[in-house]
Amino acid sequence: MDFVCNFPFFSILLSLFSGTICSILPGKAAKVVNRLVLIAVGTMSGILLLYLLGTGESFVYWMGHFPAPWGNEIRAGVLEAGMALFFCIIMYLSMAGGAHKLFDEVEESKHNLYYILINLLLSSLLALVYTNDMFTAYVFVEINTISACGLIMIRQVGRTIEAAVRYMIMSLLGSGLLLFGLCIMYDLTGHLLMSNIKESVALLMQNGDYQIPLIVSVALMCIGLCIKSALFPFHAWLPDAYGYSTVSSAAILSSLVSKGYIFLLIKMIYRVIGFDIFNNTRIIDVLFVFGLMGMIFGSLSAIKENDIRRMIAFSSVAQIGYIYMGFGMGTQAGMVASVFHILSHAATKSLLFIAAIGLTEVSGGSRKFIDLTGSGYRNKWSGVAFTAGSLSMVGVPLFSGFISKLLFAQAAVQVEGKMLAALIVLGISTVLNAVYFMKTVIRIYATTEDAPYPCMTFKDMKPYAVVLVFFIIVNVILGVSSQPIVNMIEQGLAMFA
Amino acid sequence: MGPNLLLNYGEAVAAILFCIGFTNLLLQTNLIKKIIGLNIMDSAIYFFLAQKGYIAGRTAPIVTDGVTSVEAYINPIPSGLVLTGIVVSVSVTALMLSLTIRLYIRYHSLDLDEIAAQLKREGR
Amino acid sequence: MSKKKSAEEYHKTFAFHFFRWLKGEKDPYLGNVEMQPQKEYVTDSELLLRQEKEHDAILDKVYDMEHNVELKLFHRLYQVTSILFCLFLMALLFVTISYLPATGAVEKPVNNEVAARYIESGLTETGAVNIVAGMILDYRAFDTLGESHVLFVATITVLIMLRLDKNKKGEPNPLTKEMAPNDRIYEPKNDTILQLVATFLVPIIIIFGIYIILNGHLGPGGGFSGGAVIGAGLILYLNAFGFQKTERFFTEKTYKWICFFSLSFYCLAKSYSFFTGANHLHSIIPKGTPGAILSGGLILPLNIAVGLVVACTMYAFYAMFRKGGF
Repeated sequence: MDFVCNFPFFSILLSLFSGTICSILPGKAAKVVNRLVLIAVGTMSGILLLYLLGTGESFVYWMGHFPAPWGNEIRAGVLEAGMALFFCIIMYLSMAGGAHKLFDEVEESKHNLYYILINLLLSSLLALVYTNDMFTAYVFVEINTISACGLIMIRQVGRTIEAAVRYMIMSLLGSGLLLFGLCIMYDLTGHLLMSNIKESVALLMQNGDYQIPLIVSVALMCIGLCIKSALFPFHAWLPDAYGYSTVSSAAILSSLVSKGYIFLLIKMIYRVIGFDIFNNTRIIDVLFVFGLMGMIFGSLSAIKENDIRRMIAFSSVAQIGYIYMGFGMGTQAGMVASVFHILSHAATKSLLFIAAIGLTEVSGGSRKFIDLTGSGYRNKWSGVAFTAGSLSMVGVPLFSGFISKLLFAQAAVQVEGKMLAALIVLGISTVLNAVYFMKTVIRIYATTEDAPYPCMTFKDMKPYAVVLVFFIIVNVILGVSSQPIVNMIEQGLAMFA
Repeated sequence: MGPNLLLNYGEAVAAILFCIGFTNLLLQTNLIKKIIGLNIMDSAIYFFLAQKGYIAGRTAPIVTDGVTSVEAYINPIPSGLVLTGIVVSVSVTALMLSLTIRLYIRYHSLDLDEIAAQLKREGR
Repeated sequence: MSKKKSAEEYHKTFAFHFFRWLKGEKDPYLGNVEMQPQKEYVTDSELLLRQEKEHDAILDKVYDMEHNVELKLFHRLYQVTSILFCLFLMALLFVTISYLPATGAVEKPVNNEVAARYIESGLTETGAVNIVAGMILDYRAFDTLGESHVLFVATITVLIMLRLDKNKKGEPNPLTKEMAPNDRIYEPKNDTILQLVATFLVPIIIIFGIYIILNGHLGPGGGFSGGAVIGAGLILYLNAFGFQKTERFFTEKTYKWICFFSLSFYCLAKSYSFFTGANHLHSIIPKGTPGAILSGGLILPLNIAVGLVVACTMYAFYAMFRKGGF
């Protein structure tokens, strides 16, 4: 085995261990550790991705001295390595973009605790990406949930605490259902390792044994993960949680945390249940319908909203609806579109959150649209970045959002019976997106007679502006050179089987 | 209905408890009662899991007198999973309680809707 | 010839006090222990009245069902859907359960080669007599590593939420005043019965906890259960003797370092074991004779590390809930 194969294990353990180290460090040192860990993990994931593209084969890695059904295992393929790399990039940019606001939002004595949470969140995301064992996935889902809750409530105003309570309640319902489904699945197959469960499930389907419990267990696990990733009817906690937490937290929560659960769901569909078996159940129809509803109702709530950050948060509900609509199509093309949308949404949504903070800063800290009038002139960098993000969300060519919408439309055309519904809702949702994002862009570029607030120039916010530029570059890369990325996703999904 | 409902009465009890906890979590307005509901739900899952490992007439999986045959002991895996699960539920409960304490100190209420109304009035 | 002490010196010795106590001349607690009655908790009646009024006003606003048809409908709808959903879930689970393999049977999918190997070769492969301990700390150690970090991250979140830090200028947190009535005033001060019982019980509880931890690989028990027992002992001590006495030997610093060392040890030890396992290298950790106290490879040290973390965490939770700090 090549030394490179150790990298997934190194990245999980490194981020886990750095969490422990940060507990004894002062805030500034913890920040340095956090940045270094992100860079190290990102580099390792990048090398691993290149190596896997070279060999073209996935590999499993024993966590201990015992082989497949007895010990824990992690597994790495192109998609996993790519996701890990992408998560690291987005997390680094989000942390760097929100760093200057952290001092206003979090007590200084608690800064190192903040970085502990970030490190543990990173490790749990990596573990969710790489794991090959359902129970390990459950344990790291819990770490993910608790640290995400910590990220919400670390800014201790009443709203965030209330949001954290609501978030916890929904998440706990989700993990309860996930664990129950897992137990039933374990009872039917006798395994916890993904590849072994898949073999047993295929055998059960062939013999026609235990059909009802099998479907129920899959359904329970799906509902659990849907609740956790804020699919439409379960999104009540989301606007407060994203709207009032610290900037970096909001960017990370919206772009990464919910994506971790969705990635686990994809992995479960391919590696645990089997893509074809999953598509033959009625579950995908349910996911499809709720995805469509989320796309419309999320956008409608966003239009009604009067607060820029809550508006961006509601837009997340719509975007998660897109991803589940892709699952619901039940084809390979739909899946590829969903995975691409995970990337594109993560890149765009974090950009929007980070850019929005720049706009509110030059509007006296207010987030109401009326105060934001003309803020695009007062802080040019944020204005441009916000516009770029909005264009990407609406689906203008050159930006990542366009490609994902194109992929969804192409996927929808191939599916009989769901084509019309998907295309109509896609159209409506795009129009609604355009309504609220363009409304905001026009608002920030409207001219006002008297702006009582000071302007911000490049000199005042060098690192922040650089981060914004990087975010735009990531978006444009996803939008312009989409073909290699789509090929990579297809290759990665093929490796899952 | 399948054939095993009466044989699996333990699991059925677990399912009832799970639903009681679930309903509590959804319907109670008092946060402490919500947390109790959460704990009932978690315990029900562990109860369910513990039954999965049981095999009639066998003892706990601790090697006694050097006997290591499969016929002597119950399945050890669910016991291990329950152990892991319990720690998770302890952590989650502590977190929820700490949130509740802070909310109560600020707003002198355990009712989430009431707190939300106060927040709206504060206008923040 | 024994050296005779002067009367003054003798009065200081333990024997003197002991015999006086034996003869019933002196109660050792009388005079040494502060016996003042608890201060009465004075509530500001005006504040209370105002709070109550506000409370009623908000209740009217939130639950003003007569004048708020939308809210009323939403509430009803929410309740009805919740109940229907739960009933549906229960029916679904019942049907599912009726199809599941029978409890207690031997022939079912769960009892496969995985469980068989844990039981048959667990003793030789992990060196642990307790098969469950061998399973969670050796075969499936990655789960358990995650699990102890769940506990760690939960403590971190509780610290974030409840720790009352001084701000930059060294002024206490504004919430300290509001927290105070919850804790110090109701603290049982110098309750003789509690203290006497605690004097007897605390050492026994802690020793029992240590026994559970050290025997984790030989019998029922392990780091988590033992740690919880020790934590309970510490909490009892805290309740009997108050924060001031506990802070002499257990502060936040102690907690921080114990947690750091235990978790680092856990991480590093398991990393070594994962690394050697995955690369098919030979692990230098000896397994020992099964059944001996020093056996089971890494299981005993890991149990100790976990036990320390859990004990400290339990105590930390309690201290945080009581007064927002150690």
